[in-house]
Amino acid sequence: MSSRLASIAYNTYREAVRDRVLYNLVVFALLLVTAALLVGQISIGIERVVMVNLGFTAITFFGVAIAIFIGIGLVSKEIEKKTLYTVLARPVRRWEFILGKFLGLVGTLAVNTLFMALGFFAALFFLVRDFERSDVSLFAALYFIVLQLVIVTAVALLFSSFSSPLLSAVLSLSLFVIGNFAQDLRAFASLMTGVSRWLALAVAYVLPNLSSFNVVSSVAHSQPVPVALVLWNTAYALLYAGAAVAGAVLVFDRRNLK
Amino acid sequence: MRSSKRITVLFAAVVILAMAGSVLVVRRLDGARLRAEEDRALYLSDPKLLKRLSLGYSGLMADIYWTRAVQYFGSRHKEGARDYPLLYPLLDVTTQLDPHLVVAYQFGGVFLAQHPPDGAGQPDKAAEFVERGIRANPDAWRLYFNLGYIHYIERKDYVAARDAFERGSRVPGAHPALKLLAAASAQQAGTPEAARLLWSSVYESTEDQSVKANAARHLIALRVDEEVPQLEALVQRFRDNTGRMPSNFHEMVAAGWLRELPRDPTGLPYVLRDDGRVEVQSPEGLPYITKGLPPGYQSGPVGIKLQK
Repeated sequence: MSSRLASIAYNTYREAVRDRVLYNLVVFALLLVTAALLVGQISIGIERVVMVNLGFTAITFFGVAIAIFIGIGLVSKEIEKKTLYTVLARPVRRWEFILGKFLGLVGTLAVNTLFMALGFFAALFFLVRDFERSDVSLFAALYFIVLQLVIVTAVALLFSSFSSPLLSAVLSLSLFVIGNFAQDLRAFASLMTGVSRWLALAVAYVLPNLSSFNVVSSVAHSQPVPVALVLWNTAYALLYAGAAVAGAVLVFDRRNLK
Repeated sequence: MRSSKRITVLFAAVVILAMAGSVLVVRRLDGARLRAEEDRALYLSDPKLLKRLSLGYSGLMADIYWTRAVQYFGSRHKEGARDYPLLYPLLDVTTQLDPHLVVAYQFGGVFLAQHPPDGAGQPDKAAEFVERGIRANPDAWRLYFNLGYIHYIERKDYVAARDAFERGSRVPGAHPALKLLAAASAQQAGTPEAARLLWSSVYESTEDQSVKANAARHLIALRVDEEVPQLEALVQRFRDNTGRMPSNFHEMVAAGWLRELPRDPTGLPYVLRDDGRVEVQSPEGLPYITKGLPPGYQSGPVGIKLQK
């Protein structure tokens, strides 16, 4: 089972690389180099803050774009190209296929984020010429970005298991945006009363809670990230992504592929 | 077939359990949120930039920021915090995004003005903030009322208070109490009568339960502040008549000086001290009272016992 999962995951990764997904790294590198050169000249005192904000925001958006646009095609493209049948004709279960695809894309995103992070730290070092002890919190922020990408990938995969690629992209992107306002959603819900309160709360909890993953502005100001937040965010990402992938398996398992 | 059913059951269970787990984790996450981040950094504090970023939907953005301001104030208040560093920036962003959000000036002004821990203790800033609200909404009589309240209670500037109430009373459809308040600020500035009128107006005109409760507490305190000197004067008269101090209020009731045992608004009997002072039994239950306090007890929203 594990070898089948691994080969599906590896092939998903290879396919993404073959699709020139990692070309975004070139754009990212250009963006950072330009920013590092420019910010130092036109601003005073906020070089580090701008660099962290810009770098991490770019890493998030590039990652989310890849997660969504590859995630939505993971199943539909295989059906369209009829390559799915050759895979499923082998002793591969449908759930293994879905899980393998998911792991493959998460792996791709992790590698992508790793390269972007290396570029970011190089640019930061060029700009400030020194790393501080508090910069450890930058790793926590990067880790949170990866966790966010895990959730977005799982959601995109879930949508792609029953919907058209275009609709899946729109829905996944919408959920990413709404998820960043999750805290406000819960605050709105708690202001309501009666049945509407419960309905609003249910919606607020079912939607992905991405706002607690966004610590970019605080780490830009060298504020520490509490260990509890790291633990709870990890637990949340695993649970939410687990639910979404299991949902995708349920849908895909019942789907008529004839 | 059997295996497929097993997979369905298994993954359905995973969906349900994982979702339930995620709900529990979110609840814990809310507790573990970065307090430091909340206090010191506002993601975007430039209203102009925010307005552009909201792509024309600045009204919705203002609603979100207003909710954030309320949540921020509520959670800090609950913790008993004595400073609210983000309150003004949040209110500023909210009202710059939507200058017609009267409710934000109305309650925001009160939150800003009140003394800690009931508010941020920034009455000057609050008056300026509500004045800005009036410029954007000259027909909202409630804002004049709020401005007058801030000047009267928190800034003790009775002239400015009268001016605010007067301006408000000229707004079509304004509450009739504004005229009375303007008169009271002019003639009885600083007296219990004027304060009672103001707090009764606050009590009657607001729908917010916390503001209502606060007004009720002030009205109760005014009653105590009025009753205690009356009782002390009565005790003095008893002494003048009989040549000795009554040992307690029961004695005065028995002698026909009082119809019944005097009680404070919480229902507890007033206590008569040996030196003729009258005290409340439980000052903690009567915030804002200035009379009838045990020696060394400082009145306020949360009573502070300075010395035994």
